Amino acid sequence: MTPEQLLYTKSHEWAYVQDDPSGAKIATVGLSAFALELLTDLVYVDLPEVGRRVSAGEPLGEIESVKAVSDLYSPVDGEVVEVNTALADNLAGLADDPYDAGWFVKIRIADESLLAGLLDYAAYQKQCAEEEH
Amino acid sequence: MRNTQATKLLFEQSKPGCRGVRLPECDVPERPIDELLPSGAIAEAPPPLPELSEPDVVRHFVNLSTLNMSVDTHFYPLGSCTMKYNPKRNERLSSLPGMVDLHPYQPQQTVQGTLELLWRSQEMLAEIAGLPAVSLQPAAGAHGEMTALLVAAAYFRDRGEKRSVVLIPDGAHGTNPASATMAGMKTVPVRSTNDGYVDLDDLAAKLNDRTAVLMITNPNTLGIFEEKIAEITQIVHAAGGLVYLDGANMNAIMGVTRPGDFGADLMHYNPHKTFGSPHGGGGPGAGPIAVAEHLAPFLPTPIVVKDGDCYRLDYDRPNSIGRVRSFFGTVGVLVRMYCYILTHGGDGLRHVSENAVLCANYLLARVRHFLPVPHGKRCMHEFVASAAKLKADKDISAMDIAKRLLDHGFHAPTVYFPLIVREALMIEPTETESKATLDAFAEALFRVTEESAELLHDAPHTTAVSRPEEVAAARNPILRWTP
Repeated sequence: MTPEQLLYTKSHEWAYVQDDPSGAKIATVGLSAFALELLTDLVYVDLPEVGRRVSAGEPLGEIESVKAVSDLYSPVDGEVVEVNTALADNLAGLADDPYDAGWFVKIRIADESLLAGLLDYAAYQKQCAEEEH
Repeated sequence: MRNTQATKLLFEQSKPGCRGVRLPECDVPERPIDELLPSGAIAEAPPPLPELSEPDVVRHFVNLSTLNMSVDTHFYPLGSCTMKYNPKRNERLSSLPGMVDLHPYQPQQTVQGTLELLWRSQEMLAEIAGLPAVSLQPAAGAHGEMTALLVAAAYFRDRGEKRSVVLIPDGAHGTNPASATMAGMKTVPVRSTNDGYVDLDDLAAKLNDRTAVLMITNPNTLGIFEEKIAEITQIVHAAGGLVYLDGANMNAIMGVTRPGDFGADLMHYNPHKTFGSPHGGGGPGAGPIAVAEHLAPFLPTPIVVKDGDCYRLDYDRPNSIGRVRSFFGTVGVLVRMYCYILTHGGDGLRHVSENAVLCANYLLARVRHFLPVPHGKRCMHEFVASAAKLKADKDISAMDIAKRLLDHGFHAPTVYFPLIVREALMIEPTETESKATLDAFAEALFRVTEESAELLHDAPHTTAVSRPEEVAAARNPILRWTP
């Protein structure tokens, strides 16, 4: 995946939406390179169980760096169908590969209409530039 | 001086048979221990305690103590922590036999002096807060936050209202959401504007009939007074919510304005920040809370009351949330606070705050020429500088600056807080520092920003321990000694 293909939340999560074989829409979710750089060295990640129902804008887990603990917010409504269990042991490498190996969870989307509320790459870049100021 | 011998772990220095004291031969008949104690009370082996001589132990702890930086040894501009110098007089007064030799189960008529001191403390804290009812029980600031939120929850329960959402600005101390969660409430963040104030539009959008409390810090963690605080408290009240003031920054406003006057319904004090009680190391702390009249019935039990010329503990408080601490709170800490407040008096406390704000603004004026301060040309008692440009231009981070300042003989400011400022350095000089100290610190800070990145990345160079591996320590902490 490339950053240009993704949708973003204002809280820096990314989502990559594709159809699974049954036709359901699946969002793969991670955290943007911009956010990972701000967090600096990561020490711990707490991800939800498979089957957990999540809502757009609500916390689905936590990520802890040497600086702070931050909530991870779900970009979509739906149900967690897969969790990247390998991530916890590879946090040091996450910032180098945030968009492929660095995914956190896959969520079966319950309400596609909410995707319209997410930012595209250009809008997200603009928000990051504003935060930089 | 790096004395590595004496600062090794006591376990590493242990030599079998070493003793601090050698007892004379026992001159009473010895009996086997299993005759004296039931078998369940006897350990299988003696505890593996280190064996050392008395001088070894004394040197160990005295040497360790010299590796520490404290406000008694160094300027300590740790933002948000208000590391003011604590007068030693208050330590002496709180150690008087009449203070320390009391027992909490003594009959109340034999401890009238202490009860009077506690009652007067309640009255003084109420006056400073502009809120009439006080509980001295909570054992720390965060404990005060949680206690006040339990009071708020009891108030809404009593009114039959289902309100459980706590709104918290994104610049708040991390204790705010933690306390709200511990009190069984749900937290919702409120954004800040680019100028560093609470975003009123975002606040208004998040207020509804589920809103229990807005927790606000004023001045906020950027060291800015929320100019629209009256409007903020008004719209929260209009939505049926209460306003909690995080009193961590009271050192900026004492005698100038009062939380009750700008619309807060509940607040806590940090005596260790504002009123000269010890910053840690002195045992448990205190986090008294003050609340508005309509919340008073729900305060913890007991409260000290005055009947004629007598003082007593009032346990007859049917709506109280109950106890949050054994006995009457951490009385020793409250005694130091009482002495501090009486020493200064009303005008004196106002001077404390005025000088805290003056010192911070003087330092701000010196620092912002070489280290950008994103939020404002003026501040209250502290300000937040940013090393973001230094990081981009020279690969010098806030952490590098903080570490290098130790080599220059200054404790580091708070770094990476609040989270809304990149590469944050939060600087709070307090009112107890001289202009000469502030100048020396500003000059050291400037010199550090001019030094090479290579030198800074390995700093500190003069301390016994340079840079602990923070990531490894967080991921794989070694919490106990093993042979």
